[in-house]
Amino acid sequence: MTLNLPTLWHDALEKVKTWARVNSPWLIHYNSGSCNGCDIEILATLTPRYDAERFGVKLQGSPRHADVLICTGPVTLQSKERLRRIYEQMPEPKFVVAVGSCAISGGVFDGCYNVVGHIDELLPVDMYIPGCPPRPEAILDGLVKLLRSLQDGQIERLETRPLAT
Amino acid sequence: MHTNEHTAQIEKFIIPIGPQHPALKEPGHFEFTVDGEIVTHASVRLGYAHRGIEKGVESRNWTQNLYLLERVCGICSHVHATAYCLGVEKLAGVEAPPRAQAIRELVAELERIHSHYLWLGVTAHEAGFDTLFMYTWRDRETVMDILEAISGNRVHYSANILGGVKFDLGEKEAQTIRQGLSFLEERTHHYLEVVSQDALFLQRTRGIGVMTLAQAETIGVIGPTARASGLARDVRLDDPYAAYDRFPVPIILDDRGDLSARVVVRLKELLASIETIRHILDDLPPGELTVRVPRKIKPGEAISRVEAPRGELFYFIKSNGSEMPERIHIRTPTLCNMASVLTLAVGHHLADMPMLLAGIDPCFSCNDRGIVVQYGGDDHDHWTWERLRQFGIDHYKQLESGVF
Ligand code: SF4
Repeated sequence: MTLNLPTLWHDALEKVKTWARVNSPWLIHYNSGSCNGCDIEILATLTPRYDAERFGVKLQGSPRHADVLICTGPVTLQSKERLRRIYEQMPEPKFVVAVGSCAISGGVFDGCYNVVGHIDELLPVDMYIPGCPPRPEAILDGLVKLLRSLQDGQIERLETRPLAT
Repeated sequence: MHTNEHTAQIEKFIIPIGPQHPALKEPGHFEFTVDGEIVTHASVRLGYAHRGIEKGVESRNWTQNLYLLERVCGICSHVHATAYCLGVEKLAGVEAPPRAQAIRELVAELERIHSHYLWLGVTAHEAGFDTLFMYTWRDRETVMDILEAISGNRVHYSANILGGVKFDLGEKEAQTIRQGLSFLEERTHHYLEVVSQDALFLQRTRGIGVMTLAQAETIGVIGPTARASGLARDVRLDDPYAAYDRFPVPIILDDRGDLSARVVVRLKELLASIETIRHILDDLPPGELTVRVPRKIKPGEAISRVEAPRGELFYFIKSNGSEMPERIHIRTPTLCNMASVLTLAVGHHLADMPMLLAGIDPCFSCNDRGIVVQYGGDDHDHWTWERLRQFGIDHYKQLESGVF
């Protein structure tokens, strides 16, 4: 949708949008074949000791409400299509965070016959959080850095970003 | 006539849950056939997280495989490594020293504590009891701290190596463990009280998913799910491995067989684990931590069984005398228990499905699934896992307001 607003209004509107995005990013988490280690650490990040919710982060179920897709694990043959479909269902602007060595490079599972690759061969990844599994502090740090660069306008997500096939 | 046909068609519809089911180690696709609210048939399709680990081990050497097999599951990584090490040591004809065996048992019991706490939180979340979820996960950090203090890692502690363990326990570590355990013991007693007294939680667990002893035997369930039906199955006692003959654990049984029993059995197992760990700390055998294991393992076959937090874990290992295994087969407990969900689902409300699934502890770590409800024809409606969960919670709230 394009609105023809005077520049002043346009800029103000953009500012409001960024403010809203940075203060309340909703996450969706998809495990495309991970060992569960990263998944429980992500969950631990949301619980009282680490409490990611103080940054407005909320984990929820539907891709259509999500701003950030958190991926764990290497991509297996069966989950490849699922992952792509979840990504496509998310509204723009959307961001992808790859958590764990497997998601980044295949990790220990590199070379297993049913592992077809890692996340960034399939989706454009904005933030990598390495570790096997990364500590909750590292996941928090990654999220906060993502939000900060969003605020500073360093990440610009536009409608058309080619998906790898 | 036409109307009749139409009614017949819409009376029965299938609700597929998944297949994106990020919660399980084997993300599954479930199909529940429902008649109104009641489930009349259930089926499952697994294999979304199939990575090909069993084939992968054949191209890695015996030591590398230790790290690969630990990563079969991030929640019970230690038992996988233990099962593998015990099997390989059997093949190589060596035995780890007593101190190493005791440390193996100690870490396994710590792992059981973290796993059961995790499970209690997830079950509470499914029941709509988020306060309990947050509290248990806060307390779970205590055992994560202990694991980190003794091993250096929170999740894949990598305690095992072929022929022994990697780290020793000194007085300082023992002190940390003891402190953490007394806190956890106190909390576990508190939770035991909560789950057996909270009215809403009882409504969602008592009398739901009852599995009789006979059923449990026929289906072949294992682990706490079996023990909650009065079936005394526990590898730690039936076939003691590591140091379990020296430091035995008491078996916890319950004959009610419903969800509530499964919760209580797991909580009591926590107390049993805490006691066992204390025994081990009091009486840690002195001596070496490792023995030498040759780089090439003698040809032969071995099986090894250990009790994972969810039930019996089974390893078959075959060596052809080279640096790499010829074949390793793994059977994880969730697979055995999955059949019980399918059987028990029949006759229950759709609203009970999240709880029934959580009841067997299928490695839940996230609750995000898509559900499509199909009403006979082309008419369909998308449900998320969240919506099914909410549906369950509202269903029971309504019931409660009617009852009280
Ligand atoms: S990075 Fe490590 S902990 Fe995370 S999914 Fe992969 S193997 Fe598991």
